[in-house]
Formats: sequence, structure tokens, C-alpha cells
Amino acid sequence: MDPARKRRIRLVVALTAALLLAGALAYTSFSASSSAVTPSQLLASADANRSYQLTGKVVNGSIERRADGITFRVRDRAGTASVPVSYSGAIPDPFRDGREVIINVKKTGTTFVGEKDSLTTKCPSKFNEKQSQPGGQPS
Amino acid sequence: MAVVGQACLIIALGLCAYGATASVLGARSGRDGLVLSGRRALYALAAVVTIAFVIMEAAFWRSDFSYTVVAQHSSTTTPWYYRLAAAWSSQEGSLLLWLWLLSVWSTVAFVLLRGRLRDVAPYAAAVLLGLGAFFSALLLFTASPFATVASAPAEGMGLNPLLRHPSMMSHPVMLYSGYTLFSIPFAFAIGALIVRRVDAEWIRATRFFTLGAWLALGFGIILGARWAYAELGWGGYWAWDPVENASLLPWLTGTAFLHSVMIQERRGMLKVWNASLILATGVLCILGTFLVRSGILDSIHAFVQEGNTIAWSFTALICVMIAGAVWLVTTRRHDALRSDARIDAFLSRESMFLANNLVFVGLAFVVFWGTFFPLISEAVTGEKAAVGPPWFDRYTVPLALLLVLLSGIGPVIAWRRSSASRLWRSIRGPAISALVVTALVLVVVPGATGHLLSMLLVLFAVFAIGVAVQELWRGTRARQAMTQDNAVQALGGLITRNRRRYGGYLVHIGISVLFIGVALSAAFEGTRDVRLTPGTSATVKGYTFTYEKPTGRIAQRAGELERIELGSVVRVTKDGEQVATLRPSRGYYPMPGIQAGVLGRYFEGESTSEIGLRGGVVRDLWVAEQPDITALQKKVERADALFVQLVRSGRIQMTQAAEVRDLTLQRFVSDYAASAPSAQFRILVSPMVFWIWVGAAIVFLGGIIAIWPAPGSVRGRVRARYAARVARDLGRA
Repeated sequence: MDPARKRRIRLVVALTAALLLAGALAYTSFSASSSAVTPSQLLASADANRSYQLTGKVVNGSIERRADGITFRVRDRAGTASVPVSYSGAIPDPFRDGREVIINVKKTGTTFVGEKDSLTTKCPSKFNEKQSQPGGQPS
Repeated sequence: MAVVGQACLIIALGLCAYGATASVLGARSGRDGLVLSGRRALYALAAVVTIAFVIMEAAFWRSDFSYTVVAQHSSTTTPWYYRLAAAWSSQEGSLLLWLWLLSVWSTVAFVLLRGRLRDVAPYAAAVLLGLGAFFSALLLFTASPFATVASAPAEGMGLNPLLRHPSMMSHPVMLYSGYTLFSIPFAFAIGALIVRRVDAEWIRATRFFTLGAWLALGFGIILGARWAYAELGWGGYWAWDPVENASLLPWLTGTAFLHSVMIQERRGMLKVWNASLILATGVLCILGTFLVRSGILDSIHAFVQEGNTIAWSFTALICVMIAGAVWLVTTRRHDALRSDARIDAFLSRESMFLANNLVFVGLAFVVFWGTFFPLISEAVTGEKAAVGPPWFDRYTVPLALLLVLLSGIGPVIAWRRSSASRLWRSIRGPAISALVVTALVLVVVPGATGHLLSMLLVLFAVFAIGVAVQELWRGTRARQAMTQDNAVQALGGLITRNRRRYGGYLVHIGISVLFIGVALSAAFEGTRDVRLTPGTSATVKGYTFTYEKPTGRIAQRAGELERIELGSVVRVTKDGEQVATLRPSRGYYPMPGIQAGVLGRYFEGESTSEIGLRGGVVRDLWVAEQPDITALQKKVERADALFVQLVRSGRIQMTQAAEVRDLTLQRFVSDYAASAPSAQFRILVSPMVFWIWVGAAIVFLGGIIAIWPAPGSVRGRVRARYAARVARDLGRA
């Protein structure tokens, strides 16, 4: 076979394989992903067997410790709608009232059960956001 | 001094604009004076940015809270070494660190490469100065570290306690060094493409910086892994966090580049590929900085909120970089980037390098896709969604397996053409050794048969180690035969004479050891989250962890309370024999201000886990604790109310308030230690984690050997510089 033709065939085969693999990767990422939702979106509609990535803030005073983990409520970043979450697994150090959290949950009855070790707490805003009065007395 | 700092930034921007323009104009018109002037602008940039950086660090050092950035990220109770590191916990300091490292590394590069690549260098200088202009402008217009207020607060907000770890002093600096060092081969690649001089010279000239970038970035990534393991109270070293992933991306493409350039140097092939790889690496370095500074993706590292102007600036820069890179490569692919040769056979070193490159790029693509999936998903479906660690593992584990296998075959397969029988003869010993070792692991370790992928990884890693050791052994024997040296001298001589090759083999050994650690710790780790009261126990993987007693202490710094530590003594036994005594604790840092109460502020601030760890060659025993302070908090609330009452009624004078507060806190801590509070424990028994750090250490040793200039190369550089000077003088004559 003409070497140039042979090289072209090889290239087409390699590119097709790469495209197929990339397609498989893209397809599985969509099917394996968890929708990022807010508490109010979950309250509006949540399927029982679907995994969601819940983002919001921990409601003040809602954290309760149990023998096998914790329960708490997550509310919208700017709002009051909240959902109950029960969770067991690693609890990040910055986790506490008012903190912004990300957690993978599934609906079980009236509560949302967190996936083990999926709780992430974002770095507290006290250390990050610009203060409204820069340089003023820290509050 | 803030004015001087701000002036330095203005001068820096001016120098960048002038230097880039002079370099390009000089190169296009052939006016050497302008080119030299452009290069001197780069040196001057390093000088002024160093002054600016020192001014900022000095402000942190002396806790000058008139600087907004110092007031928001440091405090007098922050230890001096963390005060200096607090600079880059801020947006402003972080960007200034980037600019400073860029200017310093660029200057080092241009001093070392003086006289080489004279046609390429001006364009490279323009690219580096262009990047410098971007960061100078950001610092000037959006995030100035020299913003001040007239009335300085008495105390700052302090460094986030999570960042108070020795890695804070080195991890960000190493990552940024990696990013900025990669800018040098990136800039020279652009220069080489512009002047269509894409032989291997620019690769050879910048190899030191490419290897340095690879080492620094790798070191930074490992430091981050160690930090996560020791600090976050979670017990893992890798979580596929977007910001971790962002630092891994350029490391992966950079590693691919380090391999594939060997083919270009030897056979003049893969020029398009190599140019594309280093351009992609440069863009990914900016992307990594962008991710950590923009907060565009949800991450524990997302230090800033979404929607800031910095995000848009970075997006624009990345778009320009991608468009420029694509244009350069596509317009030069048919002439300057045409290969001098083609791959002769599937079984050849060239093919293995190419396969290794495809796997690295495949890994980078997987990590990129998973990291940016929330944005991709939102763009495609209108709904933000994320993929988790299982998705990443599904693709990265098989690719890692393939990579380790190729790292075993690559060093022994012949260039141009080999055959299956010749290849088998070369790998027979290591392959049989690997099979024997893996069979032993399967027999000795209970449950090993249930972890097929981990066992395959062990098999391939032992094989790769065997191949590297075999090559070192063969080389040593051959050298002994020639020189009559003893084995140690011969090995030393062998490595010294070909540092790049044998340093590379050490890197292969280190990576394989690291993978063995990852495979076995992931497969056989035992984890348990349990609530215990003093005297009760939990058993994990045959080890019994007994919560013996609570502990409490007040840590002071500079006469001020730094944190309250509540913890425990945990005794670990196995088969009735004591193995270790661990002391996990949680440090509570005071909240600024007194909104949470005069006493309550000491329990309502940030808190961090100090793990109890007994590391070992075979297994780590790891415990993190979250004390239950509910009862203590109620006491604190009551005491706060009483404290206010007593101060208002005059029964406590203001002059006595601090003393009463300290005595009360001391009492609380003593009461806690004397009581029997329950606590939540996370217990890990992790085998072979030690080997992850050992593997990393071997990788860096190999990297340093590979990067260390051979005596011949120093002489060569001096000769090249001398030759360049003679040529210049002759040109003037």
C-alpha cells in the first residue's frame, strides 16, 4: 500500500478512536453527574433516587450531633427556604452555623441523606470577602 | 512606604509596556540596541517588583494594619513566619507573588541564556513582559496590596487558621514557581514559532527551566497532598478538588513535553506536538492561577466570590493566549514544524514515547473535563452539575495503569525498530520479578484478590522499578568493566556522566513507589467515624482505639491568647499490646470583635483539627477529633451574661476585666479536661502511605540529578557565550 495512504488511514483510525473515547467520556460525565441545586430548587422538585449536589448555607442553630453523624439544615445563599440533611462521614474543620457548604444528597422520605465524605465547606468569607469598610475595626 | 510600593507597580507596568515594545521593534528592525534595552527592562522589572514585594512583606512583618491587606489577613497573634506567608493568602499578595516570581525567574533565564537564541529571545522577552504587564495592571487597577486607611485598626483579622500549617510557607510558592517557570519555555516556544526557528535549540536552551518548573510544580502538589492529609481532618491526600486539579493539569502536559522533546532532539520529529504541548502548558498555568483566584468553580480553595473583574481579565488573557497559540501552530505546521523523520515501527522507543504522551494528554483531558464539567454542563443543558471522585477514578486509574506499564517498557526498547523477542529479552527479568512480588502480595495480604486494579498497579509499578534498577545495574557493571571502579564509584560515575537519563530512571522508580503507596493505601485503608466517651473504644482493622481522657490547654503568643486547644489522649492497642498513644486536638481561634461575647468569642471563631498520627513504614494510625462542646458553650453563654452584668454593676472594674476573663477561660479549659465529654472521632488505619512520601522524595532526587548541569554543559555555555561575544565583535569590526 502507498505509505502516504497507509499513514492517512492510521490517522483516521486514531482520530476516530480518540473521538469515540472522548464521546464516551462526555456521555458518562452527563449520566454520572449530580445536578447542582439550591434548597429552594430541591423543595420545588426532587426525585427520590437521584443524586443532587446541594449548595447553600448552614442554618444557624440547626446542627445536631448523633451517634452516627450529624443533622443540619441548608438554606439558600440569599433566602430562607431550607432543607433537612442527615450526614455521616468526614466533617471539614470550617463546618459550622452560617457556613457555605456543598454536599451530595439523595432524598429519603422527608429528609435528604448526604453521601459519605461528600461534605465540603468553603473557606469562610470572614477571611475572603472584601469588607464593606476596608481597614476599619475588624468585625 | 505604601506610596513607594504603588509607584513600583506603576513603574513595573511602564517597564513591561516599554520592554515588550522595544523587544519586538528591535527584533523586527534588527536594532540590537532596542533588543538590549527590552532585555534590560526585564531586569529592571525584577528589581522594582522585588522592592514592591519587600515593602508588602515588611508591612506584614511589622503588622502595619494601615495596609488594608495586612489588616484583613494578619494579626499580632499570628506567628511571624505565618505573617510573612499571610501575604499570599490574600488576592493582592498572591498576584504580587506571581508577578515577582515571574520577573525573577525571567531575569535568571535571560542572564543564563545571554548570547543564545538571539533571534528568538526578543520575542520571548516580549511574551514574558506581556504577562508581567497583565499582572501589574491587575495589581494596579483591581487588587492593590498598597491600599491604606488613615486610621489603622488596633488589631487585624488574622490568618485563616486552616492556613496555619508549615506547607503554607512553601506550597503556594512552589506552585507559583512552577507556573512562572513554565512561562519561560512557553515564551521561547512562541519566539521560536514567530521566527520559524523550531529546531531543538530552544528546547535545549530552556530545558533547565522546564525541568525546574516540573519539579517545583510537582513538589507543590505533593506538599498540598501532605497538607490535606495532616490538616483538614479528613485523612485523604487527594480529593479531585478543582483547584488541586488545576495544578495537576500543567504538570501532566509538562511531563508529556519532557518526554516527547527527546524525540525531537534525537530525530527531529513531533515538532507540532511539542510546540502545542508547551503552549498548552503555559495556558494551563494561567488557568490554574485563574481558578484559585476567581472562585468560578465551587472548591474549598475558592477564596473569593464569583463575578469579580479578575475573572473576566483572566478569561480575556486565556482567550488571547489560546488564539495566538493556535494561529502560530497552524500557520507554521507545513513548513517550520514539518518533521524530519517518521516513526519506523510500532515496536520502537518513538512509539512508546508517543503512547506515553497520548496517555498523559488523555489524563489531562479527563481531569480538565471533570474539573470544568459544571461550566460545560451549564452551557449545554442550562443546569450546573458536577462529577465526583468515582467518575475521575473510572478514567484515571486505567490510564495510570497504562502509564506505569509504559514507563517500564520505554527505557529498554530500541530506537527506530525493535522486535517482540528483543523486547522480551530486555524486560524478562523485571517482568518475572514483578509477577513473583505481586503473587506474594496476593498470598500474604488477606483480601488482596478483591482489589484487581490495585494489584495490577502494584504489578506494573514493580515491573517499572525492576526495569530502572536493571538499567542502573547494567550501566554500573559496564562502567566497572571499563574503569575498574568499585560498584558505588561506578554508579556515581554513571549517573554523573548522564544525569538526564539516570535522573529520569530515578524519577520512574519514585513515581512507581508513589503509585504502590496510592494503590495499597486506597485498597486496604480502614476508616471509621465514631462517637466515643472517655473509656470507650472503637476497633479498625484490628487496632483498638481507646479514648482515655480529654485534654485542654490555652496556647499564648506575644502575651495574647492565640487558641484554646481541646483534645484527647487516645491509646492504640493491637492484640492487647500497646502500639501508640495519640493526642488529637482541636484548636479554637478567637473571633475578632466581641459580638460573640467577651468569652464566647474564644469558642466561636475558626477551629482546626490537629491530628494524632503515628506514621509507620507499613501503616499509619491517624485520628482526628471534634470535641462536643455543647455543654461548655452553654456555660460560656451564662458566664458571658454574668460578666456583662458584673462589669455594668461595677463589681468588676475595667482594669480587672482582662484578668477575670483569662481566669474564667482557664477554668473552662480545666473543667473540660476534668469532665467526661463525648467527642466525634475519625479513625484511619492506612497502609503504605509512608511510601507515597518516599516515592515523592525519590522523584525529586531524580529530578534534581536530571536538572543539575553537567560540568561539560557549564563549559559549553561559557564557550557559547564567548563565541557569541566574538561574533558580535567581528560583526562590529
